[in-house]
Amino acid sequence: MNAGMLFTRMPRKVQLALAVIALAGLPFMVGAGLGNTWLRVLDFALLYVMLALGLNIVVGFAGLLDLGYIAFYAVGAYVYALLASPQFGLHWPVWAILPVGALAACGFGVVLGAPTLRLRGDYLAIVTLGFGEIVRIFMNNLNAPVNITNGPKGIASIDPIQIGGHALSQPLEIFGVTVPALVLTYYFFLALALLVMLAGLRLQDSRIGRAWAAIREDEMAAKACGINTRNVKLLAFAMGASFGGLAGGLFASFQEFVSPESFSLMESIMVLCMVVLGGMGHIPGVILGALVLTVLPEAFRHGAGPVQQAVFGQVLMDPENLRMLLFGIALVAVMLYRPSGLWPDPRHRQEFNAR
Amino acid sequence: MTALPLPLPLLEARNIGKRFGGVRALQDVSLTIRRGEIYGLIGPNGAGKTTFFNVLTGLYPRDEGEVIFAGAPLPLGEPYRVAQAGIARTFQNIRLFANMSARENVMVGCHARSKVGVAGAVLRSRAQREEEAAIRRRADELLAYVGINARAGDLAKNLSYGDQRRLEIARALATEPQLLALDEPAAGMNATETGALRALIARLRDDGFTVLLIEHDIKLVMGLCDRIAVLDYGRKIADDVPAEVQRNPHVIEAYLGVVHE
Repeated sequence: MNAGMLFTRMPRKVQLALAVIALAGLPFMVGAGLGNTWLRVLDFALLYVMLALGLNIVVGFAGLLDLGYIAFYAVGAYVYALLASPQFGLHWPVWAILPVGALAACGFGVVLGAPTLRLRGDYLAIVTLGFGEIVRIFMNNLNAPVNITNGPKGIASIDPIQIGGHALSQPLEIFGVTVPALVLTYYFFLALALLVMLAGLRLQDSRIGRAWAAIREDEMAAKACGINTRNVKLLAFAMGASFGGLAGGLFASFQEFVSPESFSLMESIMVLCMVVLGGMGHIPGVILGALVLTVLPEAFRHGAGPVQQAVFGQVLMDPENLRMLLFGIALVAVMLYRPSGLWPDPRHRQEFNAR
Repeated sequence: MTALPLPLPLLEARNIGKRFGGVRALQDVSLTIRRGEIYGLIGPNGAGKTTFFNVLTGLYPRDEGEVIFAGAPLPLGEPYRVAQAGIARTFQNIRLFANMSARENVMVGCHARSKVGVAGAVLRSRAQREEEAAIRRRADELLAYVGINARAGDLAKNLSYGDQRRLEIARALATEPQLLALDEPAAGMNATETGALRALIARLRDDGFTVLLIEHDIKLVMGLCDRIAVLDYGRKIADDVPAEVQRNPHVIEAYLGVVHE
C-alpha cells in the first residue's frame, strides 16, 4: 500500500487535519530550505491559482475562450493602486478596496461580455484578445491630459495590506515566534485562494454550473431547455472577472507597485495555459496547472545556468531563452500525450481514452 | 348524458410564413392544437415540417403570422422564452449534452422552473439545498418515467440510440411543458424501439400532455395521432382525423404523384 492509497483511506477529518498542517507548514519549510526568493514564488503561485480558477469559470465551465483575461487582473490591481497610494492621496482599508476592485472588474467583465455574446470560438478569442490589449494601452496612456494611472511609469508606494493594524509587509511576533512577512502574505493569499476554490466548486455543482456546462456542450439545446443563454454567459464573464479583480488587488498590494507592463498578452496566455494544461473545468487540475506553471519556470530561471555550468563547463544558452524553449516543448508534449490536461475530470478522461 | 365540452385550443398558429431568400419555406400555414391531443404534422421530404417546428419554437424568426399559445401571443425569436412559456421540444438529430450524465441532462431541463442564483449557490443556502434536492428527485422521477433510470449516472453519449431519444424526452418534460413537440422521434429506430416509443407517447397523452409530433413513419402517425396536418411545399394541404387524411386526394397526390393517362 503506497502513501497515496493510505491517505485516501483515512477518515475525512484526518485528511483535512493533515492537509491543514501541510499547507500551514509549507512556507516555513520553503523559507528554511530555499530562502525568500522561493517564498515569493509561492505567494505568486497562490495569486495565479486565483487567476486560473477565475478564468476556469469562463473557459472551463462555460466554454468561452477568453484571451484577454489579464485585463481584469489589471483592473483590480489599478483600483487597489489608485485607492491606496499617494497617487490621489487615498488610503482606503483593504476590506473596502478588494470588493470595490472585484466589482469594478466584474463591471468590465459585463462590458466585455455584452457585445461579444453572439461570438464563439475563434471570433470570441480575437475580440477578448483585443480587449485585453485595450485595457493595457489605456493604463499606459491615462497620464494625460489628466494624470490618472501615471502612464508607463506606473504607480509606486502602494500601501501593503493591513489586517488588524498589522501590515503584511512586516514580520509578526506571536508567542515569541517571528513569522516573516512573506509567510503572513502566504496565509492571507491561501485563505482567499481557498475561498475562491470553494466558490468555484459550489458554483460548478449548482443550477448555474449546470447551465454553463449545457451552454458549453450545446448552446442551441441549452436555449431549448429554457436557459437564458445571454444572461448565463454574462454571469460567467462577470464571475470570472471578479476573481481576476480580487487577485489583481492582492498583486498590487504585494508588489507595492503596478505598471502596465505586468498585464501583457503573454500573461493572459500563461493563465490560459494553466487552465488548459491542468485540466479545463476540473478545479483540482486547474490548481495543479497554476502551481506547475508558476514553479517550473522559476526553477528553470534559477537552475538552468548552474546546471549548464556543471555539465558543459560554460553557459551555452541564456536561461531566459531556454526557459521559453522548454516551456514550449512541455506544452506540446502535454497536448500530445495528455490532451485533456494533467489532471482532468475523471469522467472526461474516459472520454479522451475512448477516442 | 351531457355533451362533452370541446377541448380548448392550446396553440393557434395563424398564417405563418417563412422565407429563406427566394424560397418560401412556409406559406400561410394555420393550425390549431387542442389540449390533451396528439397532433401529427407530416409531409414529404422538404415540405417544411422542421421549418415550421423551428419557427414555432423560436429558433427561426417568423416572417409572417402569429402564434397564440395558452391564450397569449408567443414571443418571437427567443427559444428560451418559448421554453419558459411552456413549449418543450426534441431535435430531429438528437442534441443532448453529451458529456453530462443522463441525470444532469434532465436537471438542466429543470433550469427554467428553478431560481436560486449565484449567492445561493456559493453560500449553499438552505433554499438552495432544498431546491437542488427537489431538482434531483424530479430528474430521477422523469428518468424512471421514460424508463432509463438504470442509466442515470452514465454520460449521455454512452447511451444507446433509443435511450438517447428517451433522455431527450425526459429533459423536455423537465421544463414542465404544456406542449411537447417531438421532431421525428422514431427516426433511425428499429421496429422494437419504435413500438416502445409509441407506447411512451400514448402514455404521455394519457397523463394529460399535449403532443405535437412530426414524423416520417406514417404507420406510427396514423396509429397515434388524434388529428393530422399535412404540409407540402410549405403549404398546408390537409388537416383532419387520420382516416380522412388517408383518403384525401391532395395527400395521396403529394405522396404518390398524379396518375397521368
